[in-house]
Amino acid sequence: MSELTLTPVRQKAHWSDWIGRAVLAAVLLLLLAFLAAPLLAILMQALEDSEGNWAGLTNFWAYVQTPTLLSSLWNSLWVSALVTVIVLPLAFVFAYALVRSCMPLAGLFRAISLIPLLAPSLLSAISLIYWFGNQGVLKEFLSALGVAQIYGPVGVVIAECFAVFPHAVMILVTALALADARLYEAADALGTGAVRQFFTITLPGAKYGLISAALVSFTLVVTDFGIPKVIGGNFNMMATDIFKLVIGQQDFAKGAVVALLLLSPAVLSFAVDRYVSRRQTAMLTARAVALRPKPSRWRDRALLLYCLLVSALMLAMLGMAVFASFASFWPYNLSPSLHHYRLGLVDGDVGEGFINSLKMAGGTALFGTVLVFTSAYLLEKTRGLDGLRAPVQALAIVPMAVPGLVLGLGYIFFFNMPGNPLHGLYHTLTLLTLCTIVHFYTTGHLTAVTALKSLDAEFEAVSASLKVPFYKTFWRVTVPICTPALIDIARYFFINAMTTISAVVFLYSPETKVASIAILNLDEAGDIGAAAAMAVLIAAISALATALFALLGVWVGRRTQAWRRP
Amino acid sequence: MSDRPFLSLRRIQKSFGSFVALRDIDLNIAQGELVCFLGPSGCGKTTLLRIIAGLEVQTQGSVEQAGRDISRLPPADRDYGIVFQSYALFPNLSVADNVGYGLVNRRLPAAQIRERVQELIALVGLPGSGAKFPSQLSGGQQQRIALARALAMQPGLLLLDEPLSALDALERVRLRQEIRSLQQQLGVTTIMVTHDQEEALSMADRIVVMNHGVIEQVGTPLEIYREPASSFVADFVGKVNVLPGHIEAGVLRLGQLSLAQVGAAQGRSGAVKVYLRPEDILVRTASSGGPQVDARIAKIEFLGAFCHVQVHAPQIGDKPLVVDLSLNFLSEQGLREGSDLVLTLMPERIKIY
Repeated sequence: MSELTLTPVRQKAHWSDWIGRAVLAAVLLLLLAFLAAPLLAILMQALEDSEGNWAGLTNFWAYVQTPTLLSSLWNSLWVSALVTVIVLPLAFVFAYALVRSCMPLAGLFRAISLIPLLAPSLLSAISLIYWFGNQGVLKEFLSALGVAQIYGPVGVVIAECFAVFPHAVMILVTALALADARLYEAADALGTGAVRQFFTITLPGAKYGLISAALVSFTLVVTDFGIPKVIGGNFNMMATDIFKLVIGQQDFAKGAVVALLLLSPAVLSFAVDRYVSRRQTAMLTARAVALRPKPSRWRDRALLLYCLLVSALMLAMLGMAVFASFASFWPYNLSPSLHHYRLGLVDGDVGEGFINSLKMAGGTALFGTVLVFTSAYLLEKTRGLDGLRAPVQALAIVPMAVPGLVLGLGYIFFFNMPGNPLHGLYHTLTLLTLCTIVHFYTTGHLTAVTALKSLDAEFEAVSASLKVPFYKTFWRVTVPICTPALIDIARYFFINAMTTISAVVFLYSPETKVASIAILNLDEAGDIGAAAAMAVLIAAISALATALFALLGVWVGRRTQAWRRP
Repeated sequence: MSDRPFLSLRRIQKSFGSFVALRDIDLNIAQGELVCFLGPSGCGKTTLLRIIAGLEVQTQGSVEQAGRDISRLPPADRDYGIVFQSYALFPNLSVADNVGYGLVNRRLPAAQIRERVQELIALVGLPGSGAKFPSQLSGGQQQRIALARALAMQPGLLLLDEPLSALDALERVRLRQEIRSLQQQLGVTTIMVTHDQEEALSMADRIVVMNHGVIEQVGTPLEIYREPASSFVADFVGKVNVLPGHIEAGVLRLGQLSLAQVGAAQGRSGAVKVYLRPEDILVRTASSGGPQVDARIAKIEFLGAFCHVQVHAPQIGDKPLVVDLSLNFLSEQGLREGSDLVLTLMPERIKIY
């Protein structure tokens, strides 16, 4: 057949299409330079010797033959597994209480459980030191349990449990909220008991959420740097190894090998998570009826008691840091003073760090939101240049699988490379901001895609038929409708930029040190009181920012969401 | 109306991978016509509409509109207004802003835009609703606003993609007459995609019946209904009784019945399928022209003014026949399930495939 040999008809591009394509190409270049290239640099570093010659797997072999590094690997694995095993049931019961019971104050408990997200993860480590450290309030209690000191695996495990808890709760709340009431009604009609219902309906229904929460917990712990640094003592883990190898010993090759190892659990959990989330959405059909929990006196009371207990522990963590930060001289003079705040902000130069942090968080929130939303829009709503779309789509998802430490290390290797025209960015706040945007890109991207998918798919087609270029519709229709999602993305970027340590720990210079890094340095210098004060300050700023974003949401909502009111 | 078609599709082909969605579509549409693309879901009618709009690109073939080859033009360079099944009204803009959306971009003076918008809103019968948001309107009202927006730029071609399928039955019937009279008033060439045969029959100048990516028949509603070109068309448009028959020497045998004067049987022989519409079977008490058979009512399906009456006519075969009878007729004759009656066939209406 001669027709098969004809080339297919190709549509000409409208001039406005080229604008979208140019922006998409710019996004691709940006993601290539600030995500793909640094990751590639790690791989190259791991496969080369110190002279830059091909070394094959020599570096990996050297790693395997270093007993201290192998013991770190083992430590990382068992600590992460243990934290996962502890946190998962605790978070499950908590989440169950929040969405499946008629317990009072659920909103308050939920808010309290999210407190650890407001501060760098090491806040819980600092608090533990005040509770159980050498001069801790409950040190005897710890000794009575047969634990010699909090520094080491015990401290790491406890602190990580607090840091990871909110992540697990959020995932499980989502999983448990997606329930079909009809299943329970059918079970009731068949006379099935509550316990059997739990094991045959509730647990299988939350199966994917549990898998997801377990993977996220494991990955967060394996890749966390702040907590083992502060409370680990001589207990080495992979994350602290990377730092020592690269910053201490300048052994880039071995650092790169450890980074690749850190990447593997993250990539694995990412792959499983993608698979699982696809299954989860498929489970709930459009015809499902939302489940409304019925009151049950004893269950609700028991769950209330449980949530009170967990919340008390959460508040004890934050409370101790706040209390200690105001104590004049722990443990001898507990009268309140601003001594630690003065010490940190003025003498410790953390004041400048806060300015840097705010600049970086502001820049991340502003530019990150614009970048993420614009590229998600172009991917979802415009056509043409399919060669560009697939790589942008893929690169937008990759950051979720890349731990901050690995990304930061990649940045050192890539931007420090002699002859790299982007070398000038090294150590600048611009690079810190870009790194943070890339680090937290995927969550923002997925939020934007979800918001955009809920819009009518034909807005752009209608605009074209009315001869209105797509960017005007973007500005007049898409952005106003999506403002709630935009504010969500901006807040997420801001809070994470305030609290992140892992990626930026490799990239700062004395002039561009951010507050979260300054805390680490204060702790290293033994100024734990000042470190606590600064961590509390970050939590306060994050909380304030959350409140401001909420207010912004209300204000913007009034101006742009009037059409939602009937 | 000039001889030259306003819109002409030549050898349009569309494949998605190995799946061929449209095959060799040739179609001419005259200026001012309302043409319906009718077919079951998946027949390619929406794809064809989107190719005309430039929202999909045909794999092969060309599209010419008003003497201009638009085969490769992007949507924005073509000349049409479009209404989607979802209406795609901008929810955050008022009705007036929606209707004036394209006008604003033309940099017309504000007063002129306002005047034109008022005129359009009045045209579709919703004067005074310009300040409302789309969500404050009913489905039918939203549909009218989408139509006003599509007409705002005075396009040469109006494309309607299942515009009525999201509405309830009453609103649908009302709107199809409104759209039709508006279209005739403005004289705008219109293509409407629908899967609803009643809609197509009542609105269209011509109907394009499609199935599996090919055009089965193009014709006026009456032609499509009375002279279906294929068994698919006969089956898809209207109700029909399908009976096994046999032709020998120009005589159609239907059970024990021999029909010599069936025009459709000429030049055929062997086993055939005989298509007979329910309303082409008459029930007479007195004898009238045409072959008659005895039958007994098996079941009456009540539909309002009319009933589908299922009858057994052993002379024709074992398969039950459906006959349309008015409720009044049934009660006048005292017919109920189990009653006997005499059917008269209309040989000139019989179709054979």
